[in-house]
Amino acid sequence: MVRRYAYYPGCSLERNAAAYDESFRAVAQVLGIELVEIDDWNCCGATEYFSLDLLPAYALVARNLAMIPPDLDQVVAPCSACYYNMYKTDKNMALYPELARAVNEALAAGHLHYEPGRVRSRHALEVIVEDFTPEEIAVHVQKPLRGLRLAAYYGCVTVRPASHDDHEYPTRMERLLQALGATVVDYTLRANCCGGHMTQLDADTAYRMIYYLLSNADRLGVDALVTACPMCQLNLDAYQGQVNAHFGTDFRIPILYFTQMMGLAFGIEPEKLGFGQEIVSAERVLEKWRNPPPEEETAERRPRRRETGLPMPEPLPVGQL
Amino acid sequence: MPEETPTNPFLAEVIAIPGGERLKSCIQCGTCGGSCPSGEAMDHTPRELFAMIMAGMREEVLKSNTFWFCVSCYYCTIRCPQDIPITDIMYRLKRLAIQAGYYTASITGFSETFVGQVETYGRSFELGLATGHYLRHHPIQSIRMSPLMLGMVTRGRMSFTPKRIQGIRQLRAILRRAKELGGAW
Repeated sequence: MVRRYAYYPGCSLERNAAAYDESFRAVAQVLGIELVEIDDWNCCGATEYFSLDLLPAYALVARNLAMIPPDLDQVVAPCSACYYNMYKTDKNMALYPELARAVNEALAAGHLHYEPGRVRSRHALEVIVEDFTPEEIAVHVQKPLRGLRLAAYYGCVTVRPASHDDHEYPTRMERLLQALGATVVDYTLRANCCGGHMTQLDADTAYRMIYYLLSNADRLGVDALVTACPMCQLNLDAYQGQVNAHFGTDFRIPILYFTQMMGLAFGIEPEKLGFGQEIVSAERVLEKWRNPPPEEETAERRPRRRETGLPMPEPLPVGQL
Repeated sequence: MPEETPTNPFLAEVIAIPGGERLKSCIQCGTCGGSCPSGEAMDHTPRELFAMIMAGMREEVLKSNTFWFCVSCYYCTIRCPQDIPITDIMYRLKRLAIQAGYYTASITGFSETFVGQVETYGRSFELGLATGHYLRHHPIQSIRMSPLMLGMVTRGRMSFTPKRIQGIRQLRAILRRAKELGGAW
């Protein structure tokens, strides 16, 4: 079954996060997702426009929504900021008719109109885990991510304030990665903020925020940290060297997109998934993927439970995303 | 319940956004500040700032660095027991501070450079963004950033030439009209 969605790549995916765009398109093709890119889309304004001028900030986003072809009622964005700006604009226009009137008056200057509620904005991760059953995903797994120890990192607006997943302790990406055959750690800071644009404003504050995220992942001994947002990827990957210099650490944690991990599991060649664009090399991840350990070695050993020990939660069920 | 008029026009100004009315129900519990990942850098915690708004301390509030350190992560917003749209209030305070002229260019410069690009090209491009902002406001840091920039360039992750959308005139007309209409939404 082919599922059709309007596609809003956003500015990051054009260049800085091209790996995310390439891998999402590759994975979508395997899953039978048809992505109809919005014609001549503009920047969503990220977190910057709302800081300066409110109505133009909404109008900027509304232009993209207005240009979505009438036969499509869902738009998917892989970037968390793009997704949330579209979601927020649609929702607030629906909630506040006065705002909707003003936005549409501005859009009229460009001969456009947007009816709030017409298009549902969705994050790429949400589309994958909500519109596909684990079986529908597992059926495409040709090269399971056996032996890879991964942490799922969501960041902020992928899960807050609008996601259907838990806002503080999301588990959907973990379950997806488990369905791909990976070993997933319980990453404590999975929904903490990467700092967004803070590197541009106050480096000390930004590096501290990035440091916490990296050191937490490092202690869990992961092979890679898996993200669903280009801003998170940029901060943790491109600034990892700066953070190491600042704190005297030697983190070398590859920061990859969940769509890249899906692509690997689907047996797609790494070159078609944007591997090689990361600053912290993912070569060791690819090495493990090419030469997975024998199956019995990675079978999770059931930890022996002491009679006097505290009760522990059951591991996440693999069968339910 | 604090009154916004006529004794506290500042409160009325701050809450004039969708859902802003909720601010009047703040119970000063401090969950916002306790949830904030960048709270350490703030001169006033969000809770303090809200008390200052209730007290009508316009100048002190708008000169605070609190909202400039807000990273829009929405932790406070989802945790607030009174459903106050705190992140949106922080955005509102940024705009009021800019209107009042209480800000430093090194902080708002980034947003302005970004928005300038969007209004010129319709899209943003990272290289111009980073270099333009850094050279102007952090010349020393620009030198320290050069290995990072080099890494991004060699991996093809930075563009030198911006892409101009075809409908840039249409976009500018929309933004111009939006600015004329203004309003505190």
